[in-house]
Amino acid sequence: MAEPKADILQGTLDLMVLKTLDSIGTMHGYGIARRIEQIGAQALAVNQGTIYLCLIRLVQKKWISAAWGTSENNRKAKFYSITKSGRKQLADETENWERVSGVIGKVLQLAPRR
Amino acid sequence: MWTPLEQALARIRAIFAVSALDKELDRELESHIAMLTDENIRRGMEPDEARRAALLRVGGRESTKELHREVRGLPFLETLAQDLRYTFRTLRRDFAFALFATLIVGLGIGASCTIFSVINTLILRPLPFGDPNSLVWIKNNPGTDAKDLSSQTIQVNYLRELRELSKSFSAVGAYMAFYGIGDSKLIGQGEPERLTTIPVSQNFFPVLGVEPILGRQFTEEEASGNRNFNGNNGPGVVMLNYTLWQRRFGSDPHIIGKTIDLDGQLDVIVGVLPASFDFGNIFVPGTKVDLYIPFPMNDQTNRWGNTMSAVGRLNHGVNIASAQAETSILAKQMNKEHPNMNGFDPFLSPLSQHINGTVRPALILLGAAVGVVMLIVCANLSNLLLARGATRQKEIAIRSALGATKMRLIRQMLTESVVLSFCGAVLGLILAILGTRMLAHLSGFAIPMLASVRVDGITLAFTVLVAVVTGLFFGLVPALQISSRTLHGSLKDANRGSSQGRGHTWIRGALVVSEIALACVLVVGAGLLVHSFLQVLDVNLGFHPEHSVALRIDPDRSYDNKEKQNAYFNEALRRTMEIPGVQAAALSDALPLGRNRSWGAGVKGRVYARDNYPDAYVRIISDGYFKAMGIPILKGRDFTPDDGTNSRKVLIVNESMARNLFGTQDPLGQVMDSNAIIVGVVGDVRHLALEQGSGSEMYLPIRQTTDYASVDLVVRSTLTDAQIAPRLREALLPISPDLPTSNMRPLQTLVDKAVSPRRFVVMLLGGFAVFALILASLGIYAVISYSVSQRTQEIGIRMALGATAGGVQKNVLLQTLRLAAIGMAIGIVTSLLFAGALRSLLFGVNSADPATFVAMLVILTCVAAMAGYFPARRASRIDPIIALRSE
Repeated sequence: MAEPKADILQGTLDLMVLKTLDSIGTMHGYGIARRIEQIGAQALAVNQGTIYLCLIRLVQKKWISAAWGTSENNRKAKFYSITKSGRKQLADETENWERVSGVIGKVLQLAPRR
Repeated sequence: MWTPLEQALARIRAIFAVSALDKELDRELESHIAMLTDENIRRGMEPDEARRAALLRVGGRESTKELHREVRGLPFLETLAQDLRYTFRTLRRDFAFALFATLIVGLGIGASCTIFSVINTLILRPLPFGDPNSLVWIKNNPGTDAKDLSSQTIQVNYLRELRELSKSFSAVGAYMAFYGIGDSKLIGQGEPERLTTIPVSQNFFPVLGVEPILGRQFTEEEASGNRNFNGNNGPGVVMLNYTLWQRRFGSDPHIIGKTIDLDGQLDVIVGVLPASFDFGNIFVPGTKVDLYIPFPMNDQTNRWGNTMSAVGRLNHGVNIASAQAETSILAKQMNKEHPNMNGFDPFLSPLSQHINGTVRPALILLGAAVGVVMLIVCANLSNLLLARGATRQKEIAIRSALGATKMRLIRQMLTESVVLSFCGAVLGLILAILGTRMLAHLSGFAIPMLASVRVDGITLAFTVLVAVVTGLFFGLVPALQISSRTLHGSLKDANRGSSQGRGHTWIRGALVVSEIALACVLVVGAGLLVHSFLQVLDVNLGFHPEHSVALRIDPDRSYDNKEKQNAYFNEALRRTMEIPGVQAAALSDALPLGRNRSWGAGVKGRVYARDNYPDAYVRIISDGYFKAMGIPILKGRDFTPDDGTNSRKVLIVNESMARNLFGTQDPLGQVMDSNAIIVGVVGDVRHLALEQGSGSEMYLPIRQTTDYASVDLVVRSTLTDAQIAPRLREALLPISPDLPTSNMRPLQTLVDKAVSPRRFVVMLLGGFAVFALILASLGIYAVISYSVSQRTQEIGIRMALGATAGGVQKNVLLQTLRLAAIGMAIGIVTSLLFAGALRSLLFGVNSADPATFVAMLVILTCVAAMAGYFPARRASRIDPIIALRSE
């Protein structure tokens, strides 16, 4: 089952998906994957299919919603959009992330003792 | 956000919607790949190339699906569902095995659940009273024997005073224990019928917390003025038992206020009791009670002596020990204040204990027996599964080669055994429902609460629990065994006919040995009880019940004085004797093995201390009784029709009474305190119980007393029971036009009823023992025939080297008997250890009864030999050429 390390990865991927949907509105799985890759994240480096595990998880938590629609190239695809509770979660997570990264950043900036 | 429950539900739903959700994901992945391909083509790839790159980029579709499933569903349940599907497939393929296993488990679970229902009803479930735990049974003279009602019951005034003085009891209710079975004759509304009426104190039902479903309780005026009791002229009222209301009055909802004709007197129906409360079922098992009348507790009824059986309700917070202490002290004071009343030596026990106390040891025994049966069932199935596991090695090997983990294999195996066990539970439940229904409808069995035995929610829960535990229990060993075999080992083993690993054989042998040992214990237990039962049946009753019947013929109200009654008796006897085939006819007020009362019986001129005044059981009879009952007259004479109101008072005593009172002196001609002279001595009769010797017993002529509550006509004839009933009715028609003959009973039924609890236990335990034997023999057969088939080559070689068919056969049989011998040795030791616990149920048999043990050894050896014989014969017919060619 899920290892602790995977949990961290999962968490970051969840956060990235939420943020993506928050900024670009409704999007299908492919679009989200593209977007995350464009930012340069390595989360989907091995395979893009992983994104769907993340999406179903977020749907189950009701942070995003899904509906079938038609893409700009006229292809049937499932479109996801962030929900109200998803926004709240994103805000919480963002704050949390910033606090943690802030602390870590400070720790890393400490001058080495010579 | 979803609540955890919603999430769980979504996940569970996801399991069952696997294919739909998989398809949806498929479509989504497909569109993803298509878009990626489009993109790649835009970047200048060839279409084929573009698609392949896209497929690679997206990753393994199957593994994504698998992970997706895991995320959205509950992996545990999904595995379970998978295991279940697989199990059902396997079991369908191996239908005979599944059927057999289901049958065995079903029989086992059916037996356990039936017994559990009985235990549940009698011991676990609260009595159908309000707050049953604060109810206590008040018994008089705790030292006296169990069946003598006269000394166990309490005089009315003691109870009245106890109510006044006691601080422990909030109320004390009572019923008159000397009611007569079939005392009231119901006339009108169809055939005349004898009904049994219980006189109860006004507060009896309120004390028990039993509310009528129709109408109301008795009032104080109705009780004190009840015209059924001498001299009263108040209203006559009755309450109906539920069964009578249903049977005789078609559950008439407007019955309250109507009248009912009992012995030519109209009584008003004031209430109907609920179905859950059946007096007979609870207080006098095996007796059908129909009506209740209020009993006046006053100085007049006090004069009747010990008559009341009492139930007290403890005040809140009072425990039984302190109530006992207080009541004992009060009783001492009361005894001192009333030197003329009978003694009062109260003993309190919880009402539930009074009711189920006598059957508790038997029930515990049956419970234990059924537990043993379940163990044998488990051992047997373990064995079957092991044998089956051996033939499934390849399948298991393939599964583990394909990556099934050890845990997963164990889980699969356990799922299979639990599924089997649940199939058995379904069958068992059906059997238990049938079984409890049968038990509840057993009539004439003197076992309390038997009529309310049924399968209820608790039993259902118990069944599920048993099924799960059983499944895990019998599946565990085979599951561990199978999964512990390595892939390498089993593939190597699979094709070779060599014997299995030592461990494997050892476990199967041990299982069979334990089966035999457990069967041993059951057979010994059942054997001891059967032996006791035979001893009881063999007891010299002192009378001969064969060819005799009894029929209630109480004189009507119209025979209102002694002369008329005597004339009625003369006429009844004369007319009965005229029926062709009748050899003897006589009257009695108390048949053996029924109710008992005792009176003081001192010899005239002797002085006795208050506590030492002798008493004796009383029977009021007519001449010819000893002939009709087959009781030998040892000395002196029988009564004659001339022993009447105007002649000298006479009595006849039994042997014990003659010995107790007069030792070696001649009892004939001795005069009692009652002025009656002893004219005869007759043989002892077991009138209390078959297991109990007689006490002093005296017979008074019916023409010299009015002190009888009922009259039974006892007829000995050469006619069958079916022939005699209509002839009796015809003969008696002129003098008793409303005579119901429906309650005519052969005397043998009295004996049958007396041994019924014993018969009940013997029947069940005997059944379990037979079942255990069958299972054990199946177990032996399975193991031996498996070992023969495993050893085919070996035997072939032996025979090729010159072993004879007889030798091989003997070899296999010896192997069987060796297992049986070990099992029996363990079984005997265990039986000896536990047989002591049976002691209270045994009669005339020692718990280490050698005959029983020898019989058990013989039976088990035969069973084992038979079970081993067939595989042995098969072994002896092995053709060495064929056996070796297959190598």
